[in-house]
Amino acid sequence: MRVAGKGLLTGAAPVSFTFDGTSYQGLQGDTLASALLANDVRLMGRSFKYHRPRGVLTAGSEEPSALVRVGKGSQAVPNVRATQQEIFDGIDAASQNRWPNLKYDVLSVNDLISPFLSAGFYYKTFMWPRAFWEGLYEPFIRRAAGLGALSGESNAEPYEKAFAFCDVLVIGSGPAGLMAALTAARGGADVILADEDSRMGGRLLAETEAVDGKPAAHWTADILNELKGMPNVRLMNRTTVTGAYDHGTFGALERVGLHGPADGPRECFWRIVARGAVLAAGALERPIAFPDNDRPGIMTAGAVRAYLNRWGVSPGREVTIFGNNDDAHRTARDLADAGVRVAGLIDSRADAKVTGDFPVFTGGKIIATRGRLGLENITVEHEGGTRIIRTDCLAMSGGWNPSVHLTCHMNGRPEWKPEIASFIPRPGAIPGMVVAGSAQGIFSTSGCLADGIRAAGKVLQSLGMKAPTIELPTAEDQTYALEPLWVVEGKGRKWLDFQNDVTVRDIRLAAQENFRSVEHMKRYTTQGMATDQGKNSNVAALALLADATGRGIPETGTTTFRPPYVPVSIAAMGAGGQGMGFAPQRFTTSHQASHERGAPMIEAGYWYRPSYFPRPGEKTWLDSCNREVNMVRASVGVCDVSTLGKIDIQGHDAATFLDFVYSNTFSTLPVGRVRYGLMLREDGHVMDDGTTARLGDNHYVMTTTTAAAGLVMRHLDFVAQVLRPELDVQIVSVTEQWAQFSVAGPKSRDLVNAMLDNHVDDASFPYMACGSVNVSGVPGRLFRISFSGEQAYEIAVPARFGGSLYRLMTAQAESMGGGPYGMEALNVLRIEKGFITHAEIHGRTTAFDIGMDRMVSLKKDCIGQTASRREGLLEDTREQLVGLRPIAAEAKLTAGAHLFDKEAEAIRVNDQGYVTSVCYSPTLKTNLGLAFLKRGRARHGEVIRLVDHLRKIETLCEVCDPVFLDPEGERLRG
Amino acid sequence: MVKLIARTPLDGLTPVTIGTVTVTEVTLDPMTMIAPFKNQLAKVDALLKAGDGVGFPAPNRMESSDGVRILWAGQGRALLIGADAPAGLRGLAALTDQADASACAQISGAGAVDALARLVPVDLRLSHFPVGQTARTFVNHMAASVTRTAPDAFEVMVMRSMGQTLIHELTEAMTNIAARNA
Repeated sequence: MRVAGKGLLTGAAPVSFTFDGTSYQGLQGDTLASALLANDVRLMGRSFKYHRPRGVLTAGSEEPSALVRVGKGSQAVPNVRATQQEIFDGIDAASQNRWPNLKYDVLSVNDLISPFLSAGFYYKTFMWPRAFWEGLYEPFIRRAAGLGALSGESNAEPYEKAFAFCDVLVIGSGPAGLMAALTAARGGADVILADEDSRMGGRLLAETEAVDGKPAAHWTADILNELKGMPNVRLMNRTTVTGAYDHGTFGALERVGLHGPADGPRECFWRIVARGAVLAAGALERPIAFPDNDRPGIMTAGAVRAYLNRWGVSPGREVTIFGNNDDAHRTARDLADAGVRVAGLIDSRADAKVTGDFPVFTGGKIIATRGRLGLENITVEHEGGTRIIRTDCLAMSGGWNPSVHLTCHMNGRPEWKPEIASFIPRPGAIPGMVVAGSAQGIFSTSGCLADGIRAAGKVLQSLGMKAPTIELPTAEDQTYALEPLWVVEGKGRKWLDFQNDVTVRDIRLAAQENFRSVEHMKRYTTQGMATDQGKNSNVAALALLADATGRGIPETGTTTFRPPYVPVSIAAMGAGGQGMGFAPQRFTTSHQASHERGAPMIEAGYWYRPSYFPRPGEKTWLDSCNREVNMVRASVGVCDVSTLGKIDIQGHDAATFLDFVYSNTFSTLPVGRVRYGLMLREDGHVMDDGTTARLGDNHYVMTTTTAAAGLVMRHLDFVAQVLRPELDVQIVSVTEQWAQFSVAGPKSRDLVNAMLDNHVDDASFPYMACGSVNVSGVPGRLFRISFSGEQAYEIAVPARFGGSLYRLMTAQAESMGGGPYGMEALNVLRIEKGFITHAEIHGRTTAFDIGMDRMVSLKKDCIGQTASRREGLLEDTREQLVGLRPIAAEAKLTAGAHLFDKEAEAIRVNDQGYVTSVCYSPTLKTNLGLAFLKRGRARHGEVIRLVDHLRKIETLCEVCDPVFLDPEGERLRG
Repeated sequence: MVKLIARTPLDGLTPVTIGTVTVTEVTLDPMTMIAPFKNQLAKVDALLKAGDGVGFPAPNRMESSDGVRILWAGQGRALLIGADAPAGLRGLAALTDQADASACAQISGAGAVDALARLVPVDLRLSHFPVGQTARTFVNHMAASVTRTAPDAFEVMVMRSMGQTLIHELTEAMTNIAARNA
């Protein structure tokens, strides 16, 4: 219920929202949890395993129980913590993990059979029959257990990632964080203050106390105003720092669009690089494990105070408090002061000193609770006897755990501090980060304020900056007294991990079954393995394990906190990769023209290349492809080959350099000529192939395959910088500078000459010539090279003219009976001619295998030469490149199929090789294939069986030379 | 005689204004990569200064003078923009025409730096990345050159073929920034 006059939302605008189909009213500034509590809704979800009715346990990001789905359809976000979700007009939230509804959940039957479902149940029970696990058991268990579900649809909402840099990152904006930020900012540092809450102030918003003589919330507002006005300060609210990484890098998740109906990104995943950091993440209150401590209405005492003091909401009308420390008493006092009936304060310590206008039970314990869908009463055993108290809200406190999580992200282990029965961070666990305030185990406001100043001063000093003098504001400075209380024995389950439904009994069972290591216990019981990472249960669980195994808590140790501190949506981490952001698109200068011709594009690397150019009447890609092949063989075709890597190599040692990176020799290549080159890896296998032209004495231009352009560039840089630094050579990529087009076919020269200012002829520009030309007035380059087996040229112009030249040439070609051809035709042309691509030089083949061993010159050294001579790499028994022709011309060949002797069984041990490339050759009117076959070169003429086990194809083929067409190269030379 | 028609890399894609941020195309013509050969840096530097008024730039720096700029472009190489390389450089440095190799956009206006902070993993605070600072870095997944030309203006250069993706990335970041500020 809303308490009149309480909280910081006085005067806030009303907001309508929906939960499970029912409309409610809340106030601007409410979280879904505070608004539901204001409407007396305590039941918010069903537990993971037993489908127990659950309410809200906390008031922060650590919430394990009140998880809801927000939004509908593809826009739905599951597993949203109701304690973090701000309400806005029209927000539609729903409970999860229940059917048919939250009050009547069929699978709560699991709760009745819970004695059979304890830790290890699955491991022991669903072991046999083995085949049942995947088909039956697992799907069933997955359906029964779980959190919210994804919609299964792709969502279009944008997510963001961003980078930020600062001198000092302050994590948390409570008293310690605010003072740290103020100190660092006044000291002149660039400061980022990040807090996961929508409103900064931390516990100062949740307590009724004074700082510097003002109400804490007012003081907070004043400090924030000062920080906001400073140009060197960046305030990042709704931003959870999720992880600490090397070199002062932190991950942080900002909730952007999720708190309102506005457009824009939903979340932003930040990478913040800070020279220094102050961790002021505060502390998390821990529950007490007493029987049936999970009913809706039972929550932490600090959360009850936060709902009352910040949101003006009392989570109950008759509230009881159960604690083992003085801090819990504040809850009783605040409630009583606000006029809420306090039905009893139970302090487990016999000597606790409590004053207040409410019943007090010292030395007391709660031994039972009742109320199926919400707490109705509790049974208290105390010094004076046993009593049942009617209550609809129980505030519990087992003490506070400093939020040490981030300090553990780089393998730091926290230290046990017995005075507060908690772990505190080990100093220096994260280089450059200082921990302050309650994250350090300091629990008074005054102490936190002072510690914030100290921590920031220390960070400033480490950055070589001077810490300013800051006056310490006056504030409450009470001591924090507690007596550890981990468990209250009694009938009924005592819940530890509310999110994964782990009880005290499970921990003891683990110890009994000898899972004594805390890491083993964790995995056996799943304690701490839910999305809250055991924030609420960890310390209690290992205290119980320590007890059950007869060790102390420090010896038992902790499990490892890992990033992220809170769940981070994959969409936020992958932001920038959604839709077309997944990878850059590279478009050729002819793209528009190809697109206008209706050419379907295929992606090669990041390039988009036309697959074929459909013409009216052509029903399949093969129709178009066959026409384009015939066109090139009969007249002329034009193809954009700009995507091939082009690398400018200049310098006195350019020739020496090329001799070193290529297996064959380039120093002997005359100026104005092109040579085919083969490049090996260090291990002697083929890396790439291509042509290199000599433009001048000390100037070459190398081409690479499209796929390996980046790889080869990197390789050349490596060779120049690391292997042969003495060579005077410079390597610059010119792939993007030049638009280059292949013009192939018997009429190619006519077409090229139509473009050139000065015509070329066969005598002055023979096969493998190159040189500068003027292309319609533009300085360009011409190469007489061929990847089709036809007389062919490649003509290059600066990229700005590429689109224009392509349109001109394709139009001219069409007037000559030619036209553009795409990748499919290009592939058929090269297979007919037996030219290789990366289908053949796939990384496991050598020059010997592809029949080019004579290209590995032994007259000079080159990368891979020595390794290529290794025993075994030159054996006749190796798989060698061959051609395949089906005995029946129309019989299918498939790439990836394996080869077997005609009569042999098609099993692995009889494998003779495999097929790499196939096509239908319209020139030879048969299917063709390239393959690697054991002793292949010696087996031309033999009949072999192709077997494709996947596609169920068997074809008898004749082994032949891989060059099917014009082996003498007469067409090439024109 | 037929004349070839030139198109700029971002033709038809700019200008784009979203909120307070604007993207326009920058033409880089002429642009020459200058990569001095061994032990020629000092001579190259002197010739550049004499010819175009800008010396060979220090790492991560851009020098400019009278419309001529020279941009550090990686170890031992620089891009001379707006003037032809002095004739005397031939033989002292590898000179490579790059005028058509890049797509270049200027992003400017209040919030330009915030938009780039979505895409570029470099500290772009004015104190750390002042006017004239340049970096070889990334724009989302693309290799890029990013240079600050004014307190609220940057030039972003990527491979020519990726121009459309550059505009897509910038537009998306600008849209998100504008939505936050709405």
